[in-house]
Amino acid sequence: MSVNNVKSHIKVYISIFVALMVLTVLTVFVSYLELSIGYAVTIAMIVAVIKGSLVANYFMHLISEKKVIYWVLILTLVFFVILMLLPILSTLDQVSR
Amino acid sequence: MDNHQHHESFVKKYIFSQDHKIIGIQYGITSLLFLLFGFYLVTVMRWQLAYPMEAFPLERFVYPLLGIGVILLFIRGLKIGIHSVVGVSLILLAGVSWYVATRDENMPNRIMLPEFYNQLGAMHGTIMVFLGVVPLAVGAFGNYIVPLQIGAPDMAFPKLNMSSYWCFFVGGVTMLVSFFVPGGAANSGWTSYPPLSDIATTGQTLWLLGMVFLITSSLLGSVNFIITIVQLRAKGLSFMRLPFFVWTQFVTSFLLLLAFPPLEAAGILQLMDRVAGTSFFLPSGLVVSGDPLPANIGGGTPLLWQHLFWFLAHPEVYVLILPALGIVAEVIANNTRKPLWGYKSLVYATIFLGFMSFIVWAHHMFMTGMGSTINAFFQITTMIISIPSIVILSAMFLSLYGGSIRINTPMLFALAFLPMFGIGGLTGLPLGLSTSDIHLHDTYYVIGHFHYVVAPGTIFALFAGIYYWYPKLTKRKMNEALGKIHFWGSFVAMNVIFFPMLIQGLAGVSRRLYDGGQTYAHAQSVLYLNEVMSIGAWSLAFFQMFFIVNLFLSIKKGKEVDDNPWEATTLDWAATTSPPLAHGNFAQVPEVYRGPYEYSVPGSDKDFIPQHQQ
Amino acid sequence: MMEIPYTSKPHSETGLYNAKFGIWLFIASEVMLFGALFTAYILLRVGASEWPKGAEILNVPLATINTVVLISSSITMVMSWASLKMNEFSKYKVYMLLTFLLGVVFLVIKFFEYNAKFHHGYFPSTNMFFATYFTLTGLHGLHVIGGMIVNFYFLTIGSKMWNTDKERFTNRIEIAGLYWHFVDLVWIFLFPALYLL
Repeated sequence: MSVNNVKSHIKVYISIFVALMVLTVLTVFVSYLELSIGYAVTIAMIVAVIKGSLVANYFMHLISEKKVIYWVLILTLVFFVILMLLPILSTLDQVSR
Repeated sequence: MDNHQHHESFVKKYIFSQDHKIIGIQYGITSLLFLLFGFYLVTVMRWQLAYPMEAFPLERFVYPLLGIGVILLFIRGLKIGIHSVVGVSLILLAGVSWYVATRDENMPNRIMLPEFYNQLGAMHGTIMVFLGVVPLAVGAFGNYIVPLQIGAPDMAFPKLNMSSYWCFFVGGVTMLVSFFVPGGAANSGWTSYPPLSDIATTGQTLWLLGMVFLITSSLLGSVNFIITIVQLRAKGLSFMRLPFFVWTQFVTSFLLLLAFPPLEAAGILQLMDRVAGTSFFLPSGLVVSGDPLPANIGGGTPLLWQHLFWFLAHPEVYVLILPALGIVAEVIANNTRKPLWGYKSLVYATIFLGFMSFIVWAHHMFMTGMGSTINAFFQITTMIISIPSIVILSAMFLSLYGGSIRINTPMLFALAFLPMFGIGGLTGLPLGLSTSDIHLHDTYYVIGHFHYVVAPGTIFALFAGIYYWYPKLTKRKMNEALGKIHFWGSFVAMNVIFFPMLIQGLAGVSRRLYDGGQTYAHAQSVLYLNEVMSIGAWSLAFFQMFFIVNLFLSIKKGKEVDDNPWEATTLDWAATTSPPLAHGNFAQVPEVYRGPYEYSVPGSDKDFIPQHQQ
Repeated sequence: MMEIPYTSKPHSETGLYNAKFGIWLFIASEVMLFGALFTAYILLRVGASEWPKGAEILNVPLATINTVVLISSSITMVMSWASLKMNEFSKYKVYMLLTFLLGVVFLVIKFFEYNAKFHHGYFPSTNMFFATYFTLTGLHGLHVIGGMIVNFYFLTIGSKMWNTDKERFTNRIEIAGLYWHFVDLVWIFLFPALYLL
């Protein structure tokens, strides 16, 4: 990466930082609106996912990362989803319910 | 790397070493000692099962250990070496077991208390799985062999490698220390199911701390293995030219990397339950010894632990078996003098197996009241995962077809592995279907099933590996006659131990009975098998002495051989000296021109062509 | 004698040097660690008969400030790496020091937050809400401390490497940064889950 490249990156970092701040304020603000729990969770998680992907994509440079890393992360993500979903589905499917 | 290698101190060279070969040997010695210790625990348990409530003949169990320890200590005068380390460990072990067994809280008048029996059971499982087999298969074999087979100078991160060994060591010591705390070691089974484990004695806390160290060690190790295999392969060694052993280590590392963290999380939660008074795994309304727990306790779910535990522990089964399959594949290809049958299908089956192992775990939980939908899901995935296992096993059987087989000790162990693992696998199928699992769950059938997979399965493969790679470490072969006695004795003894378990289990005998089933109506017709199995277990111990003697005797007395005594094709044998150079392994940077198993190639003057031959 | 290859130069096929690939694998395992804890959180919360709203018993303004602090430390971290890329070592030192100090601020605020809870008689054993709150934030706090130790090392003794091997030192800061951003990322999810919902 050349020096000029880095300089243009720094501008990106600053704007990401601003975006993260705005989103933080937004999510706190929404939490004061007394929305029903369904809406509140959806909005909070959407905002968190946006913030998380901004950090991952720009601060951690995931957006221009090598293929191997993508594969590892996709694999991890698949198992992550399995880990999240299956215990919850099993619990909902309990005979006692 | 270090330019002053000749001036390295003893401590840096042999204790805090960063050389993968020394670390591999450290892992090997430590895990073999733990295997012996874990086995020792079960020989003690088997006394109680065969002769319930009869006084324990402590001397008969301690003196052999002491004897071998003293012999090893003096085998070469008083020279310091691996033999003296092991000798001292055995003497210590004898002393410790004397001390533990003579305490009134464990064996008053030499009669075993149920609490102590439970400790032995829980620690046997834990030690065998987490401190014996996995560190031997992955830590020792993986560390020593993988860099050599891929033509790398070392692991990618030598310091990380060293720290993963020492994490493992600390974790192991923590587990051992737990025998001395009030209430003794963990006694809630190797699965540590709450709520029992949440309210168990202090030993359980040490178990959890020990597990955190062991998990950390595995994580560091698996990162190291993956990077080493992806980044450090020699020029020309494409993935499809990798020896199958490297493939199995590669998939195993992914399992360790992604399946272990959930158990670490579960361990942290259970630690909080025990230390900080939370109740993640404690349901409301629990009554302990007649007293209801305080009002703020409750609201948790024991099933959460089971999910998180088996999310690791099922892939862990494949962590136990995959490296073993890798070793067997190497030994079989070498001793049939022909290429492995269906190398590609072996590789793809292994990858598929690794992936599927993440979505079958709840077949351990059929009896927890899951609904039929989820039950059906896990039954289907469980049946699917048996397919790649069968593919692998069939490919190995077919590899034998038409080969001019050399029968030597490693090959005997590898050959015995095939049917034994087959029995282990096939007896697993009824457990994967919830209907038959209702009858078999938590009976001796389960114990018989997984011991067939792990004992005459994995451990036989590991023995094959030790006999096979021994000349790489020492430039000498192990004694064949002693090796064959060891093999045939172990083979018969293992079957005498584990086959009756299947029979007892089918009769409905529960796996956790302290008196061997004497007071249990189901067990009466199969009660006589307890003594048979115990005699099997003690004979197995007897035959392991041939192995221990062989292991140490052959270091100096074994038949001297050249660098590639088995005439193997892979880089570990063909491109390095025995033992490989202290730093960097290879005198010249190896380059690879062909696949891993080019044996008996038509038109070639020798019956093997090394991978690095142009 | 053979050296271990790709310690700072990227591998021709993967395009990565060893340590960068390594830290991503480590992060993958961390994803599974926190993933398991989130699963536990969801299961326990869904199964609970009542669950207090975080904002009613926790200090949202303090936590918001902490979010800002942690995000700021992420930007100073990435700036410290960018400074090395531009060959400005003194700027690196300033940004790294800021990153470390922001870590300190985060922990100090956390300390006051915990302390206030203890004063009101709220402990992990109080109820399931506080059990998850203390466990999750505590484990995250341990990760912050771990990152700060690494950052402190690269700020002091570790920075000597700049004089001998500039490329490798820059790489090391990139690695430390990846970990630090990940810790930030975990907080981004913990914050709404525990405090706002």
